[in-house]
Amino acid sequence: MLVNKKKTPIPEQDPKERIKNFDEVALGYDSELALKEAERCLQCKDAPCIKGCPVNINIPEFIRLIKEKKFDLAIKKIKEADNLPATTGRVCPQETQCEALCTLKKIGEPVAIGRLERFVADLELQKGFDIPKIKRKNDKRIAVVGSGPAGLTCAGDLARMGFEVHIFEAFHEPGGVLIYGIPEFRLPKKIVKAEVEYIKSLGVKIFTNVVIGRTYTVDELLKEYDAVFIGTGAGTPQFLNIPGENLIGIYSANEFLTRVNLMKAYKFPEYDTPIKIGKIVGVIGGGNVAMDAARTVLRLGAEEVHILYRRTEEEMPARYEEIIHAKEEGIIFDLLVSPIRFIGDEKGKVKAIELQRMTLGEPDSSGRRRPIPIPESNYIFPLDMVIVAIGTVPNPLIARTTKDLAFTKHGTIVIDEKTGKTTKDRVFAGGDIVTGSATVISAMGAGKISARSIELLLNHNL
Amino acid sequence: MYKIFKKIELAPEVKLIEVYAPLIAQKAKPGQFVILRVSEKGERIPLTIADTNLFKGSITIVFQEVGKTTKLLGKLKEGENIIDLVGPLGNPSEIENFGTIIGVGGGVGIAALYPILKALKEKGNYVISILGARSKNYLIFRNEIERISDELYLATDDGSLGYKGFVSDVLKNILDLGKKISRIWAVGPTIMMKVISELTKPYGIKTIVSLNPIMVDGTGMCGGCRVTIGNKTMFTCVDGPEFDGHLVNFDELLLRLKTYKEEEQLALKLLEEGEEFKIASK
Ligand SMILES: Cc1cc2nc3c(=O)[nH]c(=O)nc-3n(C[C@H](O)[C@H](O)[C@H](O)COP(=O)(O)OP(=O)(O)OC[C@H]3O[C@@H](n4cnc5c(N)ncnc54)[C@H](O)[C@@H]3O)c2cc1C
Ligand SMILES: Cc1cc2nc3c(=O)[nH]c(=O)nc-3n(C[C@H](O)[C@H](O)[C@H](O)COP(=O)(O)OP(=O)(O)OC[C@H]3O[C@@H](n4cnc5c(N)ncnc54)[C@H](O)[C@@H]3O)c2cc1C
Ligand code: SF4
Ligand code: SF4
Ligand code: FES
Repeated sequence: MLVNKKKTPIPEQDPKERIKNFDEVALGYDSELALKEAERCLQCKDAPCIKGCPVNINIPEFIRLIKEKKFDLAIKKIKEADNLPATTGRVCPQETQCEALCTLKKIGEPVAIGRLERFVADLELQKGFDIPKIKRKNDKRIAVVGSGPAGLTCAGDLARMGFEVHIFEAFHEPGGVLIYGIPEFRLPKKIVKAEVEYIKSLGVKIFTNVVIGRTYTVDELLKEYDAVFIGTGAGTPQFLNIPGENLIGIYSANEFLTRVNLMKAYKFPEYDTPIKIGKIVGVIGGGNVAMDAARTVLRLGAEEVHILYRRTEEEMPARYEEIIHAKEEGIIFDLLVSPIRFIGDEKGKVKAIELQRMTLGEPDSSGRRRPIPIPESNYIFPLDMVIVAIGTVPNPLIARTTKDLAFTKHGTIVIDEKTGKTTKDRVFAGGDIVTGSATVISAMGAGKISARSIELLLNHNL
Repeated sequence: MYKIFKKIELAPEVKLIEVYAPLIAQKAKPGQFVILRVSEKGERIPLTIADTNLFKGSITIVFQEVGKTTKLLGKLKEGENIIDLVGPLGNPSEIENFGTIIGVGGGVGIAALYPILKALKEKGNYVISILGARSKNYLIFRNEIERISDELYLATDDGSLGYKGFVSDVLKNILDLGKKISRIWAVGPTIMMKVISELTKPYGIKTIVSLNPIMVDGTGMCGGCRVTIGNKTMFTCVDGPEFDGHLVNFDELLLRLKTYKEEEQLALKLLEEGEEFKIASK
């Protein structure tokens, strides 16, 4: 049988239309398209794709079930390993994970594993999901700090193992970056809410508005709980530390996205939280967060949105798909430029940025070619809004209030990678708080490892 | 849900509420604040914890109705609920026996100053309090502060009570007496804290101010609350809210506070029109 070399395309909203709304860009497969794509899978015996998935979903098996139109069983198979499939099917960087190792890559494009995963997950969400029957098997209690993908996964797995699990979340809504960071048009909030509901239906209790390090300390949690998992992410924004950075109109990507996604500033004044949108907007950075911020501000009515990045498109850490989407929507890429200072008007509002042109030199420790400033190449670029998306670091609250917990100089928690164990007795950690900003699925993988270790510790004293 | 036990109007558009929040009540220390949300579509706003009652499991908040959220909060009745309340946030005040300290409070900031002065008094400090407001009605928490003060001075803009003029004038008179003052706390409108900090600088007396920038999360995740202290950018919610007044760039803060002026006015106007509409259609 001849295999189609290309992935079955996924229907998308027209760029001209979608920049006017916050609806999802990728519309998803229907069953016909899903069957067509599932046909492409070779059902490889050694299944290299599985090794590329941080939670080791049995990919050929779920695709086989799709082929046989057993969609219910396909999603059950995925959920054995992945608690949030509608989310991962959408936002996983599949091209560097499962799909990167797919055998079909030798002759063309890999199987669209993510799209198939999304298809069966969405189908289940439409119908309402089956809740596995879980018996409380023991009286041990676990506290999970943070309700991002790491915390939700760890909690979900522990609940299935029969533990009583309480999640503590600082914000008024659970979900972490899935709720406050990734925009609606890539990951609809109703999907995240449904996935959170699923975790709750496993028996997990979520307490919002509790800041660990303030409301309770980790040490206090240890008095009430048998183990603690820390999944607080890396949410503190970094700034450039250049003159004028505190002018009005300069936002961190986190503030901008939180106002828009979590607080729904795009619906002001129906919602109370405001946001000020500029006409000409500069987004500093070249990662997924920069792309999300740029595409969001465009949808909020900015006339011109420029990505300001100091290397070239090749070195951009953003997913290829997102760069393409951004370009289709009309985002302008100003490459090989580095910000020197911001210039404000008499009211303290940003009105321009001074940029210096760069050229690429030798590769640095990350393997990417290092940007080198070109002398006397500075120029002034007028704009009236800036979003700084140059990365985030772990929040310092837990570090400042927890004894015996070792941190690296980057502020991340030191763990044993195989077990998720920290240097503090009965305390585990995983996700961005350990790795720095990474991916949804790697955070989930870390949550799973810790859940397993907690089970071994509490039930078998290992 | 966080139930309002008690509500008192302290002055025109200044209200005190006692809210059931036992966890926060147990933990709160002077100088800390909460962030709350009044409705599903509401904004998150920071308010200082003015007092706690462990027996009732409640915290006291005193606020001035300046915009939509504080107005909506002001409309809630005893027995009604605040949907979200998180805290205690921010670093506690540094409370030690310094010797003689002066607390300067302006407007609704007087309520925020109260727990700090109370703790300082309990530590054995000699407490001199200077309170100021527009006029007599607005001089809230007078009795509470009097109880914990060794000396109390009042000032009003219109002279309806105490000295006619600003708290800074009163403070200057006291400083010029030459008594040894170990530390000063100034809590009130940003402009007041700026004036007081400028005044005390030549005297070389450490002056602590409690900053009130616009916030979103209150946990260090957005950077919206950033202020310049010395030459460094700090986040008020995790590094503050108290800072050395002599290092604060107040002009930057004053400008940043105006970021959403137009949006705030629009929200308020719609709120008020909505009300008129409701009354008209009754
Ligand atoms: C804009 C944006 C786009 C992204 N796009 C992608 C993408 O397309 N694909 C992808 O794979 N990854 C993406 N990522 C990265 C991904 O979202 C993160 O790697 C992932 O969410 C990390 O999960 P986590 O559970 O470790 O932390 P988080 O998702 O950050 O969750 C941490 C949670 O802990 C809470 N918390 C923090 N401190 C405390 C405390 N002291 N007490 C209580 N609660 C606390 C926080 O409020 C938060 O809810 C993106 C990130 C951003 C910001
Ligand atoms: C740490 C902290 C503690 C605070 N404690 C108190 C308190 O105990 N009691 C109290 O009444 N207020 C306090 N504030 C100020 C309070 O948060 C604001 O008054 C409130 O956010 C206004 O919300 P609003 O929607 O009612 O008005 P908005 O519509 O947001 O604003 C209306 C007017 O208030 C001004 N304003 C907005 N935000 C602030 C702010 N953060 N500080 C000062 N003025 C502002 C605006 O410039 C505008 O003129 C505190 C602020 C911080 C950061
Ligand atoms: S969870 Fe992510 S990496 Fe794993 S199979 Fe699904 S899309 Fe691939
Ligand atoms: S490697 Fe590709 S073709 Fe082979 S089983 Fe996995 S998805 Fe199917
Ligand atoms: S309020 Fe967001 S960082 Fe301080």
